[in-house]
This record gives sequence, C-alpha cells and structure tokens, in this order.
Amino acid sequence: MGQIHLKQVTKRFGEVEVISPLDLEIEDGEFVVFVGPSGCGKSTLLRLIAGLEDVSGGHIMIDGQDATEVPPAKRGLAMVFQSYALYPHMSVRKNIAFPLRMAGLDQAEQNRRVEDAAKVLNLTDYLDRRPGQLSGGQRQRVAIGRAIVREPAAFLFDEPLSNLDAALRVGMRLEISELHKRLSTTMIYVTHDQVEAMTMADKIVVLQAGVIEQVGSPLELYRKPRNTFVAGFIGSPTMNLLEGAEAAKHGAATIGIRPEHITISTEVGDWEGTVGVSEHLGSDTFFHINCPAFEKPLTVRASGELSLKYGAKVMLTPDLQHLHRFDAQGLRIE
Amino acid sequence: MATQHSQSAARIMMAPAVILLLGWMLVPLTMTLYFSFKKYLPLRGGDLGWVGFENYTRFVSSSSFWPAVATTLIIVGGVLVITIFLGVLLALLLDQPMWGQGVVRILVIAPFFVMPTVSGLVWKNMFMDPTNGFLAYMWRAFGAEPVQWLSQASMPSLIMIVSWQWLPFATLILLTAIQSLDSEQIEAAEMDGASWFSRFRFIILPHLSRAITVVLLIQTIFLLSIFAEIFVTTAGSFGTKTLTYLIFQRVLESQNVGLGSAGGVYAIILANIVAAFLIRIVGKNLDA
Repeated sequence: MGQIHLKQVTKRFGEVEVISPLDLEIEDGEFVVFVGPSGCGKSTLLRLIAGLEDVSGGHIMIDGQDATEVPPAKRGLAMVFQSYALYPHMSVRKNIAFPLRMAGLDQAEQNRRVEDAAKVLNLTDYLDRRPGQLSGGQRQRVAIGRAIVREPAAFLFDEPLSNLDAALRVGMRLEISELHKRLSTTMIYVTHDQVEAMTMADKIVVLQAGVIEQVGSPLELYRKPRNTFVAGFIGSPTMNLLEGAEAAKHGAATIGIRPEHITISTEVGDWEGTVGVSEHLGSDTFFHINCPAFEKPLTVRASGELSLKYGAKVMLTPDLQHLHRFDAQGLRIE
Repeated sequence: MATQHSQSAARIMMAPAVILLLGWMLVPLTMTLYFSFKKYLPLRGGDLGWVGFENYTRFVSSSSFWPAVATTLIIVGGVLVITIFLGVLLALLLDQPMWGQGVVRILVIAPFFVMPTVSGLVWKNMFMDPTNGFLAYMWRAFGAEPVQWLSQASMPSLIMIVSWQWLPFATLILLTAIQSLDSEQIEAAEMDGASWFSRFRFIILPHLSRAITVVLLIQTIFLLSIFAEIFVTTAGSFGTKTLTYLIFQRVLESQNVGLGSAGGVYAIILANIVAAFLIRIVGKNLDA
C-alpha cells in the first residue's frame, strides 16, 4: 500500500513561504512526477513527505494514517537522493543491507534480500566493491537497491538522474519505469526535466513558486494546459505563446500554438516570416521563424526532408483546432 | 618539451629550500651521533676521546631510563585519548547551528595560541596552586581538602595541561572533517532507520577516521618531545621525567654531552618505533 494524501500542507522558512497550502492525492501504485523550474519547491515538498523537513502547517496522510509527526524511518518510505548518498566506506552489499541491519533483521534474511535486489538491478558482480569503484549508473542502481530492500510503501526520488550523462539518463529512465511496472509500488519522482516527467509519469504535478499549477496525466497537460505557465513548461520545443493583435483576433490575451501545429509553406499562409536558425534532428527539423507580426521568433516543426535556407521567405498557417487561448490572467479559455 | 623544461626549472627553484632543510636536519643529527661516541664533559675536562658504545650502555642501564620511557608513553597515550575523545565530542557540538558560532569557534581554538611555557605557568600558578589556585578555592568551597595537584597527582595534572593545549588542534581538524560530510548521507541513514547513535557509529565515525589518523600522527610527533610544560611545572620530579627531559638533565644538569647524545639517539629510535606502530595500525586510513 502506498497512498499519500497531502492536506493543506505548508512550509515556511522564517518569513518565506516556500510551499503555499496545497492539497494533493497520490493513489497506490501511481508514478507521480513533481516537475517545475529550480526553486519551485518540488524538492522541499518531497522532503516534507519523507519527513526530512517538518511541515509548518497541514497534514500528511500515508495509507489513511496521519504521518505528520511520524519520524522519517517509521513512515515506510524509501528515498533515492540526487548525490546517491551511498556510504563510501561500506561495500555495495553493506550499503544495500544497511536499512535491514538497522531494522535488526537476521543475517540470512539480510543476505537473501540483498541478493534478490542485486539480481533485479544487475549488481550481483559488484556486491563486494566500494561505491568509489563504481560508475555513475551503477551507483544509482545501488541507491535504488538500498531503497528496494526495505520493501517500502512508496519510493521517493529526488532528481536521481541529474548527475548522469545524457545516454545513461535515457537508459536509467527506462529502468526506473520498468521497475515501477514490476513492483507496482507508488513512486514520487522529482525532476526539473519535463522530458523525464512526460516519459515516466502516470500523473504530473507542475509546481511553480510553491504552488501547484496543474495536476494531470502527461497528455492531459500537453493537450489542455490550464495556464500559460504549464503551456510553456510542458513540451519540447516549447509552445509558441503569442500576444497582441493576433491573440485579440481569437478573443484572447495570449494564444498558444505548438510547433507541430503550424504548417510551413513557401507560397500560401496566414503569417509571413523569414527563416532563422534551423535545428536538424534527422527525423524532424525545427525552424525558428522571425515574423514581423510577433516579438519572439516562432518555432515550427517540419519533416526532416524539408530544407530551407537562412533568410528565406516563408508563409505559416496555424492549425486552429489546436490553438490554445488564454485570458489576461494567463488562464485557459475553453 | 615544455613540461620537461618546467620540471627541471622547478627542481632548480626548489633546490635551495630542500638543501637548507636537509642541512638543518643532517647537521644536528650528525653532531648527535658524533658526540654520542665520545666522552665529552664541557666543565670537567672537555673532550676526553672516543669511548665506543659506553654512553649507550650507561644511558640504558641508568635507573631512570625505563621509567622515563614509560612516562613518555603514558603522557603521549593519555593526551591522545583525551584530545581525540573530547575533540570528536566538541566537533559534534560545534557543528550544530547556534548563535554566536564564530565567536565560540575562536574561543575554542584560543588555547592553541598560548605558548607552552605560558600555559604551563598559568596552570601551575593560577589553577593548580594548592593555596591560591582556582581549583583549591573550588575544593574549599565544597569543604574539601585542596589537592596538591603537581605533587600528589603529577601525571594526571601534566596530562590535563597538555590535553588542554592540544584539544583545540584536534577539535579544529575533526570539525572541518565533520563539516565535509555530505548531509544527504546522514539523511539517507535517517531514512534507513538508523538511530542517532547508529548514525554516529556507522556514518560519522568512519567518515572521521582519516581525520583522526591525521590528528593521531601529528600529535604523536609533537607530544613525544614535550618539554616546556614539564620544565616550568614539576621540573621532572614526582615521576614526570620523560625521555626528552632525561636527556636535558644529562646534557645540561650533569654536563655530560656524550651521554645525553646517546639518549638522543634512543629518543630517535623510540619515536620511530612508535611511528611504525601508528602507521601500521592507522596508516591504511590514509590510503583511500
């Protein structure tokens, strides 16, 4: 079981309110990702759930029990830290066995569980090494192993992939997703990388300045961002947010259109522009188009076959079906 | 090429310092060895010729030799135990966030800046004096008979004085080591269900092992040769005569340079035995 409910949870450091009162329901077995720019309070929120920080107000319910005052070790949660926080003077085996040893399990049971975790994580050959002798990805797996052996109600991940290189990050992303499918334990994952959030989450929680901007499945957030912040944050490359006369034409203060919902043509279209930088990814090409009608250049996705010279004149047509409209407060207009 | 040039340039630049240091070490060492094989009594006939190993046998067969070795080891051991134990404790305390942290830390370091002679005299006259000392007042305030520290409890007193001097050093080194501990490790241990004591035993103490080794080695080097504290307090009486002090007495009080030099060579050997033991026991901590 791993059902976590936050009720009016608040966190203040002195006078500064880093988490405004917020409610959040995390159901058993869900993979929830907290995402937001740095300093938005997502790590603090995770630490509040873990019990490493005390809440300034509100309640944290774990499996229906009020866990607000329960010390971290007794909450039945396991955490994987950004720095992995492995114990450098212990072998991998001892690192993984540490929580079991603290719980006072007998040696045979400890060994059995460590071996099992090592098998799951492909660490069997490294059990007698020290963390210092392992690569980044292996250390990451040891940290996960240390979390798994406790058989926790939920796993908490604090930006676990940010210290890995890009290729390894993609691999570990898959491994963690697969682990979630296999264990079907609740996982709460903090990241500033919206790609990680989109690819892994069942439910994304977008945070900004200690306030939840939107909660929903990745595609919900992608298709129906509740406000301009979520619209600009989710999706890569980011959504084009346009203001001024063109927005007013659609009865909104801001309109948003994703790069893939703009058609590019050399002859006909609604908006005129010149080609700026183009980014070729092979399968796709992203063009940055400077339009005199808008302040910022528009990003447009086109097929990889299309090639346009720098400075070429083009015409753009937005797909009005996928146009997002936002009012003066930045909220979505249906 | 550039590296080769800069390497040889570096060697030439460093040479004066290295030669100076080497000379500074070699000249006294050679002189000690030279005199240790001579009968040399400055006020009673001067250089009386070579005597072979006679000085060496006389120095060891003296009734004060083994007690002096024992005293030396007890002082070194006692001070090491006290400074490391209290040093870890103080470092843990000073690591806690508190008001006036900067001032407190400077106060803790202060004893290290007091010269050994001065601290010896301050302790002797202001604290341990049986009639006017602060400790005597304390004892009397509770209606007890004041302890005659330096005569009745000479060794504990001396160990106390020297520990007071060296505690700041141990605390400082251990404090910086504690501060370098990744706080996420402590948090991880907390999540893993480790109690405060387990966190100390399994995370903090192993992290400190290297710093403790450094404190142990450096303090041993300096403590084997403490002199001023003994000179100004007990002058070697009441069983506080260390090997260093015995050598001093042989050379300056008995005016026997040859005998003292032989003692000096024994002191070098003792220091090396202690160092070899220490490095064997704790040296592996410095590897990783």
